[in-house]
Amino acid sequence: MGLFGKVSFASILQRIFGKKHARIGIYGPPNVGKTTLANRILRDWTGDIMGSVSEIPHETRRAKWKKNVRVENGNSSLMMDIVDTPGIATKVDYKEFMNMYGLTRDEAKQRAKEATEGVIESIKWLEDIDGVVLVMDATQDPFTQVNVTILGNLEARNLPVLIAANKIDAEDASPATLKSAFPQHPVVPISALTGYNAENLYSTMVTHFSKKRKRRR
Amino acid sequence: MIKKDKGIAVTLVSRQKLGGLSPSEKLKFIIKEVRDGKILVLEQGLTPFEQAKLIEHTMKEIEEDTFIGIEMDGYGEERPSFIQRVFGIVKKQRMTVIGPAHLLKTVHKDSDMIETMIIPGRGV
Repeated sequence: MGLFGKVSFASILQRIFGKKHARIGIYGPPNVGKTTLANRILRDWTGDIMGSVSEIPHETRRAKWKKNVRVENGNSSLMMDIVDTPGIATKVDYKEFMNMYGLTRDEAKQRAKEATEGVIESIKWLEDIDGVVLVMDATQDPFTQVNVTILGNLEARNLPVLIAANKIDAEDASPATLKSAFPQHPVVPISALTGYNAENLYSTMVTHFSKKRKRRR
Repeated sequence: MIKKDKGIAVTLVSRQKLGGLSPSEKLKFIIKEVRDGKILVLEQGLTPFEQAKLIEHTMKEIEEDTFIGIEMDGYGEERPSFIQRVFGIVKKQRMTVIGPAHLLKTVHKDSDMIETMIIPGRGV
């Protein structure tokens, strides 16, 4: 047994210099798996879930959050408030919900109206969080304007970002493309659906979001 | 009398034009032009905060059968090197293209090039 017994050097550093509590937003465009990931995190650490998921975009149209989720990484841990945000988009067309997903006109219009409100809510939440898990679909082009805008906002505020390269269980997934596109941020390949590599995500969340930073507004 | 040709206007906006506007004036200008069906190519794009505000304003402007939102593509801020920072060269926004989502579609974007198509009749 070493000088500090079973307590690791990293956990001592975290206790002295690190954060104990952080509000973490789960962000990204619609249909990349934000709520699936939020459900995965909550199921693994609290036994609860965040909300329903659907193949129809904009299923989450109001931000939902769960307080005091303790995520552990060996001897260190971080208490988090997890905020699952509605997908951010630059356009919302109710006809897409009708033509591609078979919703009635009234259902589609209602969904579109709520989706626009959800986008606004997501953007407003950016002012109240300490860090972000930016979820990207590893089968899609990463250079979307929504990704660029979210990253630009977080970098300007000096907030820590962790990119979850989701859907790596899909055949055409390419997490390496995301890593080379955003080398300035940690990128963790994951399947929120199957839980593949979730342990790696959790350990990166604890180490990355524990660091104290001076926030800019 | 000269008959005006019907077409889709593509407007190239200089950095001086946008630089002379306040953040809220910039957003008003962009939204108005795009709602009028114009495609704007901004020589110097918007800051990340302005981009987020533009998305927020766009969501408030969406109308079921006339305006479904915007297509916007640009790049993050150009990062000055250490030497440039020593000489006081600050971060610069890079070129951005913005248009109505029912007309403009981005077909390819990489770290140095954006390829778009104008497809009348998308959406509304």
